[in-house]
Amino acid sequence: MARDMSDKEILKMELEQLKKEVSTPRTPVSTNCAETIAFVEGLLPNDPLIKGVSDDKNPYKGDKGGCVIT
Amino acid sequence: MRSPPIPEMATQEVQLNETLAHLKTESDTLKTKLEEERAKLHDVELHQVAEKVEALGQFVMKTRRTLKGHGNKVLCMDWCKDKRRIVSSSQDGKVIVWDAFTTNKEHAVTMPCTWVMACAYAPSGCAVACGGLDNKCSVYPLSLDKNENLAAKKKSVAMHTNYLSACCFTNSDMQILTSSGDGTCALWDVESGQLLQSFHGHAADVLCLDLAPSETANTFVSGGCDKKANVWDMRSGQCIQSFETHESDINSVRYYPSGDAFASGSDDATCRLYDLRADREVAIYSKESIIFGVSSVDFSLSGRLLFGGYNDYTINVWDVLKGTRVSILFGHENRVSTLRVSPDGTAFCTGSWDHTLRIWA
Repeated sequence: MARDMSDKEILKMELEQLKKEVSTPRTPVSTNCAETIAFVEGLLPNDPLIKGVSDDKNPYKGDKGGCVIT
Repeated sequence: MRSPPIPEMATQEVQLNETLAHLKTESDTLKTKLEEERAKLHDVELHQVAEKVEALGQFVMKTRRTLKGHGNKVLCMDWCKDKRRIVSSSQDGKVIVWDAFTTNKEHAVTMPCTWVMACAYAPSGCAVACGGLDNKCSVYPLSLDKNENLAAKKKSVAMHTNYLSACCFTNSDMQILTSSGDGTCALWDVESGQLLQSFHGHAADVLCLDLAPSETANTFVSGGCDKKANVWDMRSGQCIQSFETHESDINSVRYYPSGDAFASGSDDATCRLYDLRADREVAIYSKESIIFGVSSVDFSLSGRLLFGGYNDYTINVWDVLKGTRVSILFGHENRVSTLRVSPDGTAFCTGSWDHTLRIWA
């Protein structure tokens, strides 16, 4: 457990991890961001919090009755 | 036995310090190399690529329901897959299951400890898991019989050596993933309570975790007090990617709906987006006027909006692609401690230190 490890052991653990990570395969940001944007645009028309939902379909828009005093 | 002469002890100590210094230098060299490799692919910023994207319109999001019943700070909540039930846990030791449409309480359990920091709904909707200062994660099957004492059927699943900070069922009711103040995450079999895999790599308390959305992906991300967000392979227990750009504790991590990125919220008052394929941070959501920490983050269905619950009692809504804030929501009278969007994306729920939960839509 991290709390019980000495500084030296923690550093060794970090070092091992860094060695693995330096050789991780990576792709350019421009490609990935373009894909992310395409993903979002595809789902956007169906996102209820952005496009809104008609009142009769929205379970939260109906009044429960009673009043809220804030 | 003669005690060792002083010069020898001094040499040993010098050797130890040299090893520590040597390790630190090697570590720093590798970190620099890692940054260089990542920078090579940093050819553009997300918001630059998103300049051509249509701007979002005005938002009208209000509190539609207020769930009252907890006697103290609400610390965690989770939605049921049926999109209407919610489980919440509080500092007072109570775990409550609500119907968000009607605000009725369906079940209530009193835990033997206070500060129940984590709770989760099972995918089947038939059980809830929770834990906190008891260092355990327990599963309670939900009974249809209102008179049945839920506490009697409790099953202790996880055992850590420090507080439980987060828990999450995997794709079935059979396995639970936990994170703890003891610096580790762990995967458990619910039926037997057996530890299936443990995940070591954080240098301090782990505060949050999130499972990758796809049924086939076997990864999860965790965030901790060591300012790191780690992505793990669930089968091997290995940390496959690690990100350290936050300046303080990471309180919340959430996968992007596509599974190719994740967001984090931190005590440094920023939310950040990390792209897993580019292996780097691609956006920071911050403003000079926002100085309080972020406790929890979640995405809207399409991934266009990022909701952040803050310690200054507000919710900030960010345009993920453009990097700008689109809305700020008021209502809670104390810190927002937890925030989750409903499974079908029609609403989101927040829990607060003001003892209430609110449903926004």
